[in-house]
Amino acid sequence: MQLEVQDEAGHRTLRLTGRWTVQEAAALELLLGRVDGLAANGAVVLDGAGIEALDLSGAWLLRALEGRLAAAGARVEWRGERPGLLTFIDEAMAGGIVPGTGEAPAPQGLERGLHEIGRFAVLARGQALDLLGFVGALISVLGRALGNLRRLRPASIVRHVHETGVRAIPIVALIAFLISVIVAYIGAQQLRKFGGEIFVVDLVTIAVLRELGVLLTAVIVAGRSGSAFAAELGVMQLNDEVDALRAIGMDPVEVLILPRVLGLMIALPALTVIADAMGLAGGALLSWYLVDLPLSQYLERMQDAIASTTFWVGIAKAPVFAFLIATIGTLRGMQVRGSSRELGRLTTVAVVQAIFLVILADAVFAVIFMELDI
Amino acid sequence: MEPAIRVRGIVNRFGRHVVHDGLDLEVFPGEVFGIVGGSGSGKSVLLRTMLGLQRPAAGSVLIEGQEVTGRPARELLAVKRRYGVTFQHGALFTALTVAQNVQLPIAEYYPVSEAMLRGLAEMRVRMVGLPAAAADQYPSELSGGMIKRAALARALALDPPLLFLDEPTSGLDPISAAAFDRLVLYLQRSLRLTIVMITHDLDTIFRICNRIGVIVEGRMISGTLDEIVRHEHPWIRDYFHGERSRSARGLAGTDG
Repeated sequence: MQLEVQDEAGHRTLRLTGRWTVQEAAALELLLGRVDGLAANGAVVLDGAGIEALDLSGAWLLRALEGRLAAAGARVEWRGERPGLLTFIDEAMAGGIVPGTGEAPAPQGLERGLHEIGRFAVLARGQALDLLGFVGALISVLGRALGNLRRLRPASIVRHVHETGVRAIPIVALIAFLISVIVAYIGAQQLRKFGGEIFVVDLVTIAVLRELGVLLTAVIVAGRSGSAFAAELGVMQLNDEVDALRAIGMDPVEVLILPRVLGLMIALPALTVIADAMGLAGGALLSWYLVDLPLSQYLERMQDAIASTTFWVGIAKAPVFAFLIATIGTLRGMQVRGSSRELGRLTTVAVVQAIFLVILADAVFAVIFMELDI
Repeated sequence: MEPAIRVRGIVNRFGRHVVHDGLDLEVFPGEVFGIVGGSGSGKSVLLRTMLGLQRPAAGSVLIEGQEVTGRPARELLAVKRRYGVTFQHGALFTALTVAQNVQLPIAEYYPVSEAMLRGLAEMRVRMVGLPAAAADQYPSELSGGMIKRAALARALALDPPLLFLDEPTSGLDPISAAAFDRLVLYLQRSLRLTIVMITHDLDTIFRICNRIGVIVEGRMISGTLDEIVRHEHPWIRDYFHGERSRSARGLAGTDG
């Protein structure tokens, strides 16, 4: 107990004892909550002689104690000298509390709903304009760079092809293989009911070449490289590296963004070819295992199943997906400002939006190809 | 008098590069001790060693008589609460406001109420000379000088008797640097702090340091300001009698 009450003739003495330090802050706070009742009559003398240890937090609490007693109507005096730290805090707090910049009160009910819709609309418009401006800058820089090969920065492009393409081969190959195994397995099971097991070859071949190969690759790459782009550029923003580039007279779009976009537009189609090959291999293996179809017959059946365009319909989508992933990743990275939390938020946004845009674009492609009848 | 910090025979090496080769250092309570040394002489490594962030190859560090080196992290916690640190670039948590930065260590260790946390943080924000409105701002909205002050407020969150400052005035203009020096001295006297600072700022050394340690050839030469200034080691002579220091000393002499 850090407080003892002694009533003498005419006044009340509060003897302060023990440790008034940050370690005891929680206990002292409880004590402070009970102190109001002690101020009932006239003068209260504080006696600090028994305090074993006093630090800044303790002094702040003592000062709060003084304040509470005074607020409850007591006249506070000190026996002996008032601890110096209290005076120090008085000095530090002098000038009164400057009120923070108050925000307008939050609207309620219907008004709040309108508020949110309006805010969302303005935000969405800003985002759309950002994206448009960003793509415009990218295209104009690409136009300039095509006139001068050195400005395309081939070394940088090669590095990004390596980072986003070559290094992704194992995971892309594995996932393509497993997915085709799953499709073949389910397909064989269902088709067996009609005695059309042989059509499992058609199913796997067309699904992998037209859709699954490129779509899965794009989703994996969006997770791997879209996030990496956003994080790399975001940290560069936080370190003022982007501003440093601008100050040297180098265009960040040309130096940082174009190589990433072009690198990914090379890497993703190449990865798609690998994913297609692995998918077909998985289909062949499962056909042999489930339907007892030898490889030679599988290949023959495959030739029959696909049209001349099937492979190209899939692979043609890859550069578009790559462009979407790289553009969103780099744009969100460039938008990072100020804090590590922003970096995390925008990296997440980059991946989610990249995957969403890839799937949306795939749907658009499906409609277009259907209309074109290929 | 029992030293607040006692460093004995510290050896630090990275690969074959020896940074510290039997470095000794004693800092006494109530001192402001300045650590000086050329770039790459291992000032920051020494600081990290004293903080227990870097394990030396040999030697020991005692803070208030407690061994720091080679102890499990859990036992070090008690020692870590006895010191505060400001890092060269502030190292404020960018996702938190200034007030939240200050509240973080208090809330981590002591179960106090929201209102009290706010009060304790506000007092520290005001104590380092920041306007109360700065408490609700994020580090990215602050100037360099304000970041240094906010970092100092966070370092003092747990009322440590010992304060480490890494290049406290680097990156500040001379006027802000002088104001920051005055603040450090004011807090040191009011709160009876022991301060160890790494600094390149000769003005700071002449203004507020009681004793100085110079790292040369992996060892420390320490003494009072006068002793060090008169020391005959060539590097120290160059450091204190080069062109830049003469002007700094001249200025310090005229206004003090």
